[in-house]
Amino acid sequence: MAIQRVVTPEHLFFEAEREKQFITGSEAVREAIRRANVDLAISYPITPQSESMHLVGDIYAEGYLKEYFRGESEFAVMAEVAGASMGGVRVFTATGGPGTLRAFEMFPTWAGARLPIVCTFLTRGVNSPLTIQPDTIEMAFMLDTGMLMFHAENAQDLYDMILKAFVIAEQPDVHLPVGVFADGFFVTHTREQVAVAPADLKLPPYDPYAAPVPVMDMESAPVRQMRDPFVMKSNFISYAAHASWQQEILAAQERARKYVHRYLEGLVDVEHPEAAVLVVTSGTMVSQSREAVAVARQQGLDIGLVKVKSLRPFPREEIKTLARQARTIIVPEYNRVGWLCREVKAVVEDTTKVIGGPRVFGGMTMPPEVVLAQIRRCCA
Amino acid sequence: MSEGLFRISPGFEEVMPAEYKELVADGPCGREVGVSDLGAFKELIEEHPLCAGCSAALALRLILASLPKPEDTVIVGSTGCSSLAFTQVAVHNIHSLFGNQNAVAAGLKRALRLRFPDKVKDVVVIAGDGATVDIGLDMVMQSWFRREHITTIMLDNEVYANTGGQESGMSLRGMVLHMAPLGKRFPKVALPEIAREAGCAYVAAISPAQPKRLGRVVRRAILVAREVGPTYVQIFCPCPTNFKFRPDESLQKIKQRQKEGAFQVREYVSPEAQAFLAELEGADHEE
Repeated sequence: MAIQRVVTPEHLFFEAEREKQFITGSEAVREAIRRANVDLAISYPITPQSESMHLVGDIYAEGYLKEYFRGESEFAVMAEVAGASMGGVRVFTATGGPGTLRAFEMFPTWAGARLPIVCTFLTRGVNSPLTIQPDTIEMAFMLDTGMLMFHAENAQDLYDMILKAFVIAEQPDVHLPVGVFADGFFVTHTREQVAVAPADLKLPPYDPYAAPVPVMDMESAPVRQMRDPFVMKSNFISYAAHASWQQEILAAQERARKYVHRYLEGLVDVEHPEAAVLVVTSGTMVSQSREAVAVARQQGLDIGLVKVKSLRPFPREEIKTLARQARTIIVPEYNRVGWLCREVKAVVEDTTKVIGGPRVFGGMTMPPEVVLAQIRRCCA
Repeated sequence: MSEGLFRISPGFEEVMPAEYKELVADGPCGREVGVSDLGAFKELIEEHPLCAGCSAALALRLILASLPKPEDTVIVGSTGCSSLAFTQVAVHNIHSLFGNQNAVAAGLKRALRLRFPDKVKDVVVIAGDGATVDIGLDMVMQSWFRREHITTIMLDNEVYANTGGQESGMSLRGMVLHMAPLGKRFPKVALPEIAREAGCAYVAAISPAQPKRLGRVVRRAILVAREVGPTYVQIFCPCPTNFKFRPDESLQKIKQRQKEGAFQVREYVSPEAQAFLAELEGADHEE
């Protein structure tokens, strides 16, 4: 059995001396879960996610988790972690691409039941004909499930965001599920230097009795909720109950903002906010764009970079303010629909400043030269 | 739940509804009560919004009266008629989605075992035939394959009743129903036999026409699930609303079907469960 010491989240995230490991994104998932004091993890294979949950299985065998098994489908797994979360334990799972869509009915249900589940989405294409290649289109579908959403640029982000996701998800005034997204293959299957806290430290355990909803453990007295369930009623009280419940989930997302600030150190990272042209993007597209921005600045172009780390809550005020002084906003993406461009357009005052693309999808990589070409066009 | 937790906070005695006060004073928690004691204690279910003559409602009442340890029982339901009654049931109950009940229950049971290793926490799934045999069958069977320690109870009214009377896998062959305008083309699914083969340690088919036996079956199923493995109880409860018979004819319909041989009460007990029950109930359990 692994011997670990519980430390405060602040110590684990910001104070503990970190060691650099040359690991893949999948291994970064393992290292995060090793320190996350997770009670139960449930796995189901799908490329490019599978390896991350094999590795979580390995640390279960080493004693870092209390329970782990393979479920029968993504829908079932998401239902199983929901049941376990309602029973008051800290849970983790991961999926991606078609698995995300197979499980989809559960995500608004997690949020509606106020379950602080952390799920890693290692994204891939979902189109037919069959593809297993990188693409972030599933994130478009996830934006309005009520879940919090963080987008990792690299394995370092993935490690940090997973650990921090548990702490943010479990705040009593938040208590919502968190999806930590990373671009499949680009992050999961590549190796980089990741700074990790000592393996003998872990987060404090989840306290189910701090939840804003009752734990389904029959340790508190049950109440009869109502004489007639709202589902049977077509009247104002039933509509108002459902409407206020949905509003409360949105309000909880808003209340998460302060914790995202504290733990992720802001919803965005900005390089050269004063520039006339800004590239606003998320995930691995930030890395590709950073290369392009560096070359462009060497060539004297007035260009900056905004990395969006949190999509839910969305950095509404941050982007609105940045957009005010910028002449043009470029939004490169790894998907066909341009969901981030839509999000940005929804918050800026002058949408004509926002240039969607370049976009690649279906597994293509984005050469920095393509972003650079767009920058040149916009700086001309 | 620890003794005495189910109580009314001081100062609230006056404002609590009468039925809640009765439940605290005279409920089944911490007492040995069962179907034979109905009428002599306050039941866990208070009224219900189901139709007059609903035999599923009767079955539910009997199930709730038969829980061996209601103060430590969590019920997982599914979408359908039965889910409408759970808002009035005084045990923790979960409605998640349509068909995922056994997956939710499996996760819940494992979580409760982690959190309360020295305490019994019974997880009981109560769902309709559509939820169990159609939309949720993979998760029902997978929970049996994995030998999850949960009890699955199907309220078999042979139809999607809540959505207005569509064919389900449990409808009889030839039944003309919505979505089966020419009659159902395949027979009723033999889920008790499937359950037996899929790893259930204890399986029973029963009806509310035999209330005492139903009570005993439910109790056995829950006790075996605690110690041995998954259990399945299928309760035949025909629907007067969709099959258009009078509300007072429900039990007659069950008995008539039984007489025709088209519904058979049966129990399948694995050798391990048999040994466990023999020890629990004494030598006379096979009567």
